Order: sequence, then structure tokens, then C-alpha cells
Amino acid sequence: MNAKSSPLAIVPALVLALLLIPIGVATLSLLGTALDWKGGWWSHSLEPLQSASGSFEAVLNTPGFWTSAGLSYWIGILTALISLTIVMLFIATFLSSGWFVWIWGIMKPVLAVPHAVAAFGLLFLIAPSGFLIRLVSPELSGFERPPDWLVVNDPAGLSLALGLILKEIPFLFFVTMAALPQTDFRRTRIAASMGYGRIWSWFLSVFPGVYLQIRLPVFAVIAFASSTIDVALILGPVAPPTLSVRILHWMNDPDLSMRTTAAAGAIIQVAITLLAVLTWWAGEYLVLNLGRMAALRGWRFKRDKFLRFLSSLLMATSVLVVSVGLVLLALWSFAGVWRFPDALPRVWTLRSWSAEASNLWATGVRATIIALGAATLSLALVLASLENEYRSNRRATRLAWWTIYVPLLVPQIAFVGGLSVLFIRFSIDGTLWAVILVHMIFTYPYIYLTLSDPWNTFDTRYLSVARSLGKSMNRAFWTIRLPILLRPVLAAFALGFAVSIAQYLPTLLIGAGRQPTLTTEAIALASGGNRRVIGTYALVQTLLPLIVFALANLVPKLLWANRAGLQVRSVE
Amino acid sequence: MTDPTKKPTPAGLQLDNVEIFQGPRKLLGMHAIIGPGEILTLMGASGSGKSTLISAIAGFLPRSFSCTGNILLNGQSITSLPAEKRRVGVLFQDPLLFPHFSVLQNILFALPPGGKMAERCDKARSLLHDISMGEFADRDPDTLSGGQKARVALARVIASRPNALLLDEPFSKLDADLRDSMRQLVSAEVTRRKIPTLLVTHDKADAIAIDGPVLTL
Amino acid sequence: MHLSAIRSFVVNIVHLARYFLISAALVFFVSPAIAAEHNPDPADWDSVLAEAKGQEVFWHAWGGAQNINAYIAWVGRQVQSRYGVKLTQVKVSDTANVVARVLAEQQAGRNEGGAVDLVWINGQNFSAMKHQGLLLPYAWSTSLPNYALTDFENKPVLTSDFTEPVQGLESPWGTAQLTFYYDSANLASPPKNLEDLESWIRENPGRFTYAAPPNFIGTTFLKQVLYGLIEDRELLFSTPDRQTFEAATAPLWAWLDKIHPDLWRSGKVFAADTTHLKTLLSDNEIDIAMTFNPGEASSAINEGLLPQTTRSFVMDYGSIGNAHFVAIPFNANARAGAMVVANFLLSPEAQARKSDEEIWGDPTVLAMSKLNAEQRRYFSELTSGAATLDAAELGATLSEPDAFWSTALDAEWLRRYGGQ
Repeated sequence: MNAKSSPLAIVPALVLALLLIPIGVATLSLLGTALDWKGGWWSHSLEPLQSASGSFEAVLNTPGFWTSAGLSYWIGILTALISLTIVMLFIATFLSSGWFVWIWGIMKPVLAVPHAVAAFGLLFLIAPSGFLIRLVSPELSGFERPPDWLVVNDPAGLSLALGLILKEIPFLFFVTMAALPQTDFRRTRIAASMGYGRIWSWFLSVFPGVYLQIRLPVFAVIAFASSTIDVALILGPVAPPTLSVRILHWMNDPDLSMRTTAAAGAIIQVAITLLAVLTWWAGEYLVLNLGRMAALRGWRFKRDKFLRFLSSLLMATSVLVVSVGLVLLALWSFAGVWRFPDALPRVWTLRSWSAEASNLWATGVRATIIALGAATLSLALVLASLENEYRSNRRATRLAWWTIYVPLLVPQIAFVGGLSVLFIRFSIDGTLWAVILVHMIFTYPYIYLTLSDPWNTFDTRYLSVARSLGKSMNRAFWTIRLPILLRPVLAAFALGFAVSIAQYLPTLLIGAGRQPTLTTEAIALASGGNRRVIGTYALVQTLLPLIVFALANLVPKLLWANRAGLQVRSVE
Repeated sequence: MTDPTKKPTPAGLQLDNVEIFQGPRKLLGMHAIIGPGEILTLMGASGSGKSTLISAIAGFLPRSFSCTGNILLNGQSITSLPAEKRRVGVLFQDPLLFPHFSVLQNILFALPPGGKMAERCDKARSLLHDISMGEFADRDPDTLSGGQKARVALARVIASRPNALLLDEPFSKLDADLRDSMRQLVSAEVTRRKIPTLLVTHDKADAIAIDGPVLTL
Repeated sequence: MHLSAIRSFVVNIVHLARYFLISAALVFFVSPAIAAEHNPDPADWDSVLAEAKGQEVFWHAWGGAQNINAYIAWVGRQVQSRYGVKLTQVKVSDTANVVARVLAEQQAGRNEGGAVDLVWINGQNFSAMKHQGLLLPYAWSTSLPNYALTDFENKPVLTSDFTEPVQGLESPWGTAQLTFYYDSANLASPPKNLEDLESWIRENPGRFTYAAPPNFIGTTFLKQVLYGLIEDRELLFSTPDRQTFEAATAPLWAWLDKIHPDLWRSGKVFAADTTHLKTLLSDNEIDIAMTFNPGEASSAINEGLLPQTTRSFVMDYGSIGNAHFVAIPFNANARAGAMVVANFLLSPEAQARKSDEEIWGDPTVLAMSKLNAEQRRYFSELTSGAATLDAAELGATLSEPDAFWSTALDAEWLRRYGGQ
């Protein structure tokens, strides 16, 4: 087999160019701004604003800096720890049960809900003036006014972590599901037959293998949680906020000399994220050794009934909270007067919808075009990458995996600003294509991540059969592999679509105001704090990816209605 | 007209000093000629490289292996041809029917291109009829029994009109009572169509039932 | 390796990357045609109108209020039908994003064809753009035909934006004054001086808060309190040394220390901005909110966001006032079109519509005395809601202190309360 002449061979270079060059150049420009190098292309005409050491000093001397930095660090670890624990306990408990597939079916749509939407839903639910308190007020609670409770925006960031966990649970569930087929979980039964508790059997026999495969996604969760901006603005602490929000404030400070502070802050943000990941790494060793010790001593941990109950309770609650949040957003979008302590709006109106109808349509159509473009192109590139791996008989190396994860591991705020200068420099900002290109930096990794496992577990003997029947490699790809893998391919496409729809910062900066999408418009309108408008936009923002997810689910079902071998079966 | 200066081209599958290496380590070597309609049985324990030999002949040798020597089919060297141009059919342990095609579509996929659709369908149906699977043409392959799947897989590989056939333990996953009838069916089809065939197996019963020359690794 | 060596290594890499990218760009992207520099002169208004016809103006304006967005959409329809100018509002969540955008274009060397044609701006953002050379660098606003109708002689806020001289670099659009509002059904008589406010907060713990500085309404609240406590108000228009600053602000911090334990959420959390304050009042979480728009309470009533019983008040020692403007960036693409829009915004018809509380309720910048009878009729038809204070009730306007004070107060506030 000679793959050298294949046009697919340039795919790895293309991917590198897509993922690493923009981030590399943008990071260097960030360093340039923070350290104030003169004469670089990033400082075309800008006079030095602050001395190099000054910018870092300014960050470190900011009042409450250590609290902010500590928050970012703590939120990253806390979010990953809790969501991973819940997902793992749940899978350990229910893997062999029938309604596992059913729960998974409910879980998938939650993936489509943008982070900010889930956060708003949570806010409307648990705030002291929120739905839960309203339900019991004033009759049960006696509250005529909302209680002065510190529930959201708490200084420790617990509500922020909660908002993130709601969204990270389905994500980790998703990647774990992708990893499961490669693990032989009959081992659980062997352990169980030796008298080990159900959950403990799973942790001893299956978890290590699964965890190795979902480790990078877990790191991505840490990175995302420690550097999130939108969720932190909605649910996070205020005085002081997390580091990422402070960077945003510095970037937006009218005093332009604060830009260098912001750049230095962004570099420190990367360091904090890295520190959180390193801490996690150290924690892995600790858990490994503790687990090994317990296993070698033969502890059985049979009494895990409560833990099993707790895991299902938490899982069900997380889905329920997001769903109720969405319902509340829907209620707000139709609400006229709705004051505390009314549980439901006193007046219903279509005003929010009619006032925003044309705008929703225009920005919704553009968001759809961009998301379709970014997801389609990324999918094509991912398929080419995977096919190239197969044909050249080389699996992605560890280094390649890390490369693919770079856009998910480096905080967006650290490099998107530099990227926008790059785009302006080449006068390609403000165009639809530029926005699609930038979205691809984020859709590619997610699509690759979702698709690579089903792709690689595919029985390639099917392709051998096709070729021995006289069909070419390309023919085998189009007529055999792609149709058989249609379901995971479309699922990956839907995830890419959802990722693109939710992009805010890249769309704003690269779009130059010429390409307003649903999300940029939603954030601009949300700055007015009008819950009715927030509800309206949040619903459409959720609906678009949901439709695509539903289609991705439905199309293979209809197309392969009479093909039992292609239907989802419960994990045996 | 034949060229008198040339030796008459030997029909069948010819393995001319074929040696397979994994890195520097030699896995196996083989020198054999399999005539049309003949079934050569190659016996060997698992791990002896039987399946790798099949990959080498069919053209899917993984990169970590290398192959020296020459493979000829009806006198033409196919050693450097890509798999799809070798016209060497393979039957694996598993039937590997394409799950997104119906039984008939699986056969149609294998038929060499050309001809009107109606004619192709007739051909495919008659092939299915030959193996008593005529009434299953429109079925979803996933709903067939193990023995039925194996027969469709055989019909499919026959449909592609291979110049040689490689059988990689094709009976090992079948129930004992099905195994015998499948062996007979394969043997009958191969003889009838005069296809040189290489069977690799670790099961002595296969060799005895096929009743052809046997090589042991 | 020495640090300098690392640095020069990285710089080299950057330069390599730069050349690679630039050459790549030359291959892949056609360079945009650079238009000849054109600086329309509003004194020759006819030629401005002629140039503006057919232009598309991208107006970057805060998009957080539906009523304002609707008003801007109306402006867009008017300038389209009257002058053939297409107006597109780019809704932004924070004007600083726009400053960042223009700055990025300046850094990247784009001196023509910028993304921003017009920006809604004031205060520190204006000051920053002015000093960084991000604005169209000549006095254009004062030559707009409708500028003559503005009350620039009597309203210093129109010529001095947060003490920064306007110098014709931005065109006035509306005025603002720090105004408090409350639900009269919950609160019979609101506290109108600092003493009363302090004792009211202590008697009603958890019912008052302000926005955390550096949010501008939070900073303004600090300045408003400082005005009431400082001995020498003249000091506010100078740049004092550290010692003087500390002495002058000591009463402010003492006052805040006294009220903080009794604030909403015990002073552990503050509001984010004016809209958050409005939401908190609407949810009955607090009793008093503040805003820069004296018409805010009335228009919120009209929108159904606040109860009919909402009323406004100001501090009895005067309140901080300012104005907001529109400006044209140095590299704007549709400069003439932007000027036509700015001029239309100053027309009596547009100004009257803006001050209509059914529409927006933002006070006009025009002088009634300069309008003819027909122009005045636009305004006389307006009625104002019960929640809006009239000019007499609004009381004295306190000028914005020197820009130094905002920065210094923000930093000191963050040091004291921002890192608990």
C-alpha cells in the first residue's frame, strides 16, 4: 500500500495550520503585548504603554488578585472532580441496566444547551427571587419579599461551579460513552463474582482503562471551568470576580494602558489553568495508589447501595435542573408582569417575541449558516484525518492528541484577542468565511474527539472485503465505511454545530460587528438584564442545536429503519 | 495464438518463494502452486502467521510486515497490484455482510460493474438461488442465522468472479452440524467454477473434509 | 540560556512567522483597495449629504435595552428615506469592546475602511479614544447644522465630557443625571441626604446596594457620596497627591464602612450595573435603585418592568450629571454618512422622540429657546410620567470630578472591599 502519493497526506499539515499557527502567533502577540516588545507587527503604531515588568506587577498588585486567581484554580478542579465523580458512579451503577440507554437518550439533548443558557436557567431557578422560593412563597415560607440569602454569586464560587457541573456532566458522559466500547467490562463481573461491591468492581476493573481514554477531555473540563467568562458573569462571585472576568474588565478598561495588564493577566490565567491541571495530575497518582492499596488489601466495599442511590439522584437532578431552567426561560419569554412572589407570570404577552422576531430570524439564519459551514468543513477535515490515519496505518500519537486539544486547553481569552489583530492585519476580518474559519478551530477538536473512537473501533475487515471484491479505497470509504458509521458521523456533526452556535468571543472579535449571530446578539441584549429578552434568545439558541441533534438521531433511524445491525443496542 | 518461445502460462495461483517478515523476523515462507478448482489446505497453530499470509496475497499486508518473493495469478504477477485489482476473493471467519445493504444489495455490490440493473438483479438472484437463499434476497442481513450469513458471504465472493479464493478459517465459528454442509458447498462451488483456493485452518477436520493437498506450517 | 537570548529567539520566530504569514496572505488574499483619504467638511453640508447618499453606516451602540434599539431602528428608517443612508446598529454589550476594536485596527495599521463608523460613547472611553488618536481628528460636530440648536452655552456637560474637553470630536446626543428610584408602595418617604440614607440603611438591613466599581454607576455613587462629605469641593477638580487624597476620602470610606454590614447580601455581593439594580428592585430584593437616566423609572413602568407606584428622587445637595455623545473613529469607512446620522440625532423631531417616555425618556440636549414654534411643538406634545422629576425637582447638577478621581476611587474601593 503506497500512501505517499495520496492527496490525504497533506491533511495533518492542514490540521496543524488550522490549530497551531493561529494559536501560536496569537500567543506570541500576547507575550509581545505583555512584555512590550517594540517593533513587532502587533504594535504597529502603538507607543509602549507600560514597562514589561510593570504589567505583571500591576496584575499581582491588583487588590484581591490572589482571591481571583485562587477562585479560577478552585473552580477548575471542583467542577471536574464533581462532574467526573457523578458520571463515573452513575455509569458504574447502571451500565448493565436497561434504562441506561434511556437516560443516555435524555442526556444527549443537554449537550446542545449552551453554557450561558444553562447558567441563566439555574439563576432563574435558585436565586432568592427565583422560581423555587416563589413556589413556596408567601404561603409556606412567609416571604413577602425575597430572602436576603447569598445563594448565587457566592464568594466561594459554589453556584458558579454548580452551573458548570450541569453542563460538564453530559459532556463527560458523552466522551465516556465513546470510550466504553473499547473496554471489556465483563471484567466487572469477574470482580463482582469475587464479592466486590458493584461500584468498587467497576473502579478496580474498568475505570482505569476508561479514564486513560477520557483524561484529555477531563483536562479540557478543568481548563474550561477555570477560564470561563460567560458563566462566571452570570453566576460567579462579584467582589472579586474570577481571574478571567477580571481580564475581561482590564481588556475593556477605558484606560488603554490596562491592555498590557490584561495581556499579562491572560498569561497568568494560562499558568493558573496549567497549575490546576498539574494538581489534578498529582491527584491521579494519589487516587491510583490509594485504590491500589485498598485493592491489594482485598477490601470489598460491598455496601454501596447508598452511593448507587446518590449517583442516580444527582444525575437525575442535573438533567431536571437544566430542563426546568429551560422551561423558566420559556416562561420568561412570554411573561408580562411577573413579580415576586408570583410563581407564574400575572400577564402573558408575545411582546418579546414580536419585538425581536426579525432580528432573531436574521441572526439565527446567519448563525445557522456559520455553524453548518464550520461543522461541515471540520467534519470533512476530520474524516480526511481519520482516513489518512487508517490508510497510512498510523494512529494519532500522543503529541497529535495534545495538538488537537490545544484549542480546548488554552483559555480563549488568552489568544482570541491576538487572533483578531492577525485577521485585521490581513483584512479578512468581518467576513463570513473568517468567522467560519475561526469557529473551525473549536469545532475540529470536538468533532475529532467524538468521531475518532467509533472510527477506530470499526471492523476494517469490511473494507478488506470490499477491496477484495474489486472496489477501490475511495469507493470502500464512500459506500461502506461512511454509511455504516453514519450515526456517529452525524452525532459528531451535531456536536460541532452546537459548539459553533455557542461561540461568543471569536464571533465578536473576528466578525467585527458585520456578522452578528444569535449568540453575540443575545449577549449584547443580555447586558440589559431584561429576562424576557434573555429567555427569548436563550430558547432559540438552544432550539437550533437541538433540531440538528434530533435530525442527527432521526436520519440514520429512518434511513436504516430495516437494518437491525445499525441500530443502537444497549451496551452489553 | 501463443508465443512458442514462452513457456505455457501456468493457470492458478502461484506462490513463488513468498516469505513474510515482521520487522527483521521471518514469519513464514511458502512455495506452492494451486491449480484451478484445487483447494490447498494450510494447517498451522494460531499465531503462526496464516492470516498474515492471506493478507499478503489479498493485498492488505499491514505496514509492520513485509513480503518478498512473487505472487502470480494465471501467470501474471500481482505482487505490486493494489488489493482491488488483484481479483482475489477472501472469506473471513465472520461473514462480514455489509449491515447497511440488504442480502441482494450485498451481492449486487460484489458483481463486476456493467450491464443493466434488471440483468444484474437477475444474476444476483440466481447466485442466491444456487445456495438456496433465493427467498432471502430482500432481507436485512442482520436477521439471518449464522449458517445463512455464511452462505450469503460465499455467494457474494463468488459474485465478484475472483481468479483465486482465500479462506481464512471460514468454518470455525459455525455450529458443528452446519460446518459440514458449508464445507461441501464451498468445495462444490470452487470445483464447479475452477477457482484456485487456499484454505488456512487449525482444524484438522477441515483438511480431512476438503480432501485436497495439505501443507503444515 | 539567558533571558535576553530566549527573548531574541522568540522575536526571531515571530518575525519568521510574520513573513510567512504576510507572504501567505499576499498569495491568498487580495489586498483591499485603499480609498483616498476623505474628510468630509460639515460646513459644506450639501457635499456631505451628497457623499453620504448610498453609504452604509455601522453604528456600534450598547444593545442592552429593547426600547433604545427600537429607537435606533426608527432613526435608521428615517435616514434611509430622507438621506439614502443605510444605518445598521451593531449591538454591543460594552462600549469598551468598540474602543478595543478600533485600537486593534490601529495596531494592525488599518487607517481606512474601519469596521466602526459611529460609536455611542462618553466619559473615559471618549477620553481614551481621544488621547490614543482613535477619533476623526478634527472638530466636525460643532459644524453640524443642528448643533446650533443645542444648549451648549448653558450646559457645560455638552462641551466637557467628564472634564475632558469635547473640542468637536463627538456630537452630543442626550444628557444624564444620577437619579434614584423606589416603589412608593414599599417606601413612603425616601432618604434624600447621606445622613438619612445611612440611618435608613441601618434600620432596613439588606434593602440597599450599589454597583461594584469600576462599573460606572458604582463609581458615580462613590463620587456622589464624596461630594456630600468632602470639605473642599474644589479639590475634586485637581489631581491631589496621595496624602491629600487619603485625607479627603477618609470620610467616604468611614461612611461606607458604617453601611456595608447592612447592605444587600451583607455587602458581600454588589450589583453588577444599572440594569441589575433595576432587576433587583423589580424583584423586590432591594428598595432603592439608581440610574443615570432620569426617565428610566417611567419608561420601565411603561414596559411593565416596574409597578405603577415607582417614583424617582435625587439627593438634596445636587446630583452628578453628564452627557452622552456619538463619535466617529479615525478610520471610519462612511464618515459622511456618520455625520448625517449624528446631525439627524440632533434634529428636534429625533430629540423629542427620544425624550418621549413611551419611547425612551432620555432628556434632550437642545435649548427650547433656540427652537421655532413648529420645532417646539414636538416637545410640547410630550407628557411625562409620575415617576419622572421635572427640571426643578432634579435640582442642581454637580460636575463630574477630574478623571483622576474615578481611577483613584476605583482602585481604593477594590483594595478595601474587592478582595475579601
